Amino acid sequence: MDSLPFHGRVGIVTGGSRGIGGAISSLLAKEGGTVAILGLPEDRARAQHLASRLNGAAPRLHFYETDVGIYERCREAVAAVLEEHGRIDFLVNNAGITRDHTVRKMTIDEWEAVLQVNLSGPFFMIKAVLDAMLERGYGRIVNISSVVGVSGNFGQANYAAAKAGLIGLTKTVAREVAKRGITVNAVAPGFIDTDMTKSMPVQAIESAIAQTPEQRLGKPDEVAQLVRFLLDDKAGYITGAVYNINGGWYM
Amino acid sequence: MFEGRVALVTGGTRGIGAAITQALVESGASVAAGYSRGRESAETFARQMSQKGAAVSIHQGRVDDVVDCNRVVKEVMDRFGRIDYLINNAGITVDKTVRKMTVDDWRQVLDVNLSGAFQMTKAVLEHMIERGSGRIINISSVIGETGNVGQANYAASKAGLFGFTKSLALEMAQRGITVNCVAPGFVATEMVAAIPEAALSKVVEKIPQRRLGRPEEVARVVRFLLEDDSSYITGAVYSINGGLDM
Repeated sequence: MDSLPFHGRVGIVTGGSRGIGGAISSLLAKEGGTVAILGLPEDRARAQHLASRLNGAAPRLHFYETDVGIYERCREAVAAVLEEHGRIDFLVNNAGITRDHTVRKMTIDEWEAVLQVNLSGPFFMIKAVLDAMLERGYGRIVNISSVVGVSGNFGQANYAAAKAGLIGLTKTVAREVAKRGITVNAVAPGFIDTDMTKSMPVQAIESAIAQTPEQRLGKPDEVAQLVRFLLDDKAGYITGAVYNINGGWYM
Repeated sequence: MFEGRVALVTGGTRGIGAAITQALVESGASVAAGYSRGRESAETFARQMSQKGAAVSIHQGRVDDVVDCNRVVKEVMDRFGRIDYLINNAGITVDKTVRKMTVDDWRQVLDVNLSGAFQMTKAVLEHMIERGSGRIINISSVIGETGNVGQANYAASKAGLFGFTKSLALEMAQRGITVNCVAPGFVATEMVAAIPEAALSKVVEKIPQRRLGRPEEVARVVRFLLEDDSSYITGAVYSINGGLDM
């Protein structure tokens, strides 16, 4: 067990109970890490289900009910993780929502809801964990952006703005902590086979696949492997980078 | 992890290329390392690598000579029977400001750094297409993104690799072949050691992490992209530069 690469490491994966986040928290737990999954009340059962499929790694998954769109909740969750596990080595800002409409039909509420969770959420989480990381002179932060943040997408002005904003946040924090042993990077997946893409109209998915040079959706585990790569101790010279994984959809 | 796999690394006996060769050998791959000059040091390097278990061969040739490219690929095929990975790493610098740069200086760097990658790729591509699998990694540079005083030729060649990578990635996307770029920042190699000390310390000051990268840190990114599980990554540029260019 000591030989597992993430043995003794503690980290947070927001939205870590399903989709890409679920693949990330499972992979890290399997590799020996202690993973705090932050999620909404309805994610608790999902996190339990995820743990039930992990056998020996199950005790390393922990669920913390948290709305990442509220700074105070983020601070409470981080305090609880520190209290119970003593340290935070990595943070994966993965939680995200969509409220798709063309700009003409998009309400102010839909705009704000998506920015609050997808962009302000990562800012709140980074603020909440940063002092603990700075104190130890070590940290790995990965923000899950999206190809849509770089390319834009019909009907996703709010989502694209949030995901593009996340890249600016990534690079700024990367600069601010570059000399402090903390790396900050973004992963920008293309269309991945998750509940989020399953909720897209069939026609939209088909056209996304048709437009992807590799002619398929990505798998959550493929993204998880990339995140895991960036969280590794040995990835210390990679910071402020945006790593695409999209089957060639956007280059 | 790469047992039974064969990699061809151009410029694979020195600097970043040597670190890539080593990382792949340590992961179980057989590696054919190309070099253009310095037979003795290449042979010494190959002996060191062979002690790590997997087979290592060295191949003399110039990537800017199409005859050499085809010959080296044939040597590797004769010896190992397959090529799974091509790493276009060979590169040179001939630094001068544009005012002083001769047409020859320009052409030499483009021939090696950019046309060399094209010619090596052409030499292995049919084989990869036939087998329906392959990984091609082009080692570009942060300079291809930012430009640099005195490096118009180098910057153009490395930026050119982005366009080449993405076009080839599109052409190969449905054939099981991924094509990606790794763009290192300033890495502690002979090439960087050749930069005058005053200039180098200015460079390091501009790197947010305030240090040069290590060749093995770059090799790790290359190895990740070669994994079977990395098949959804194509046409991408993965930077590793300590925050130098974001």
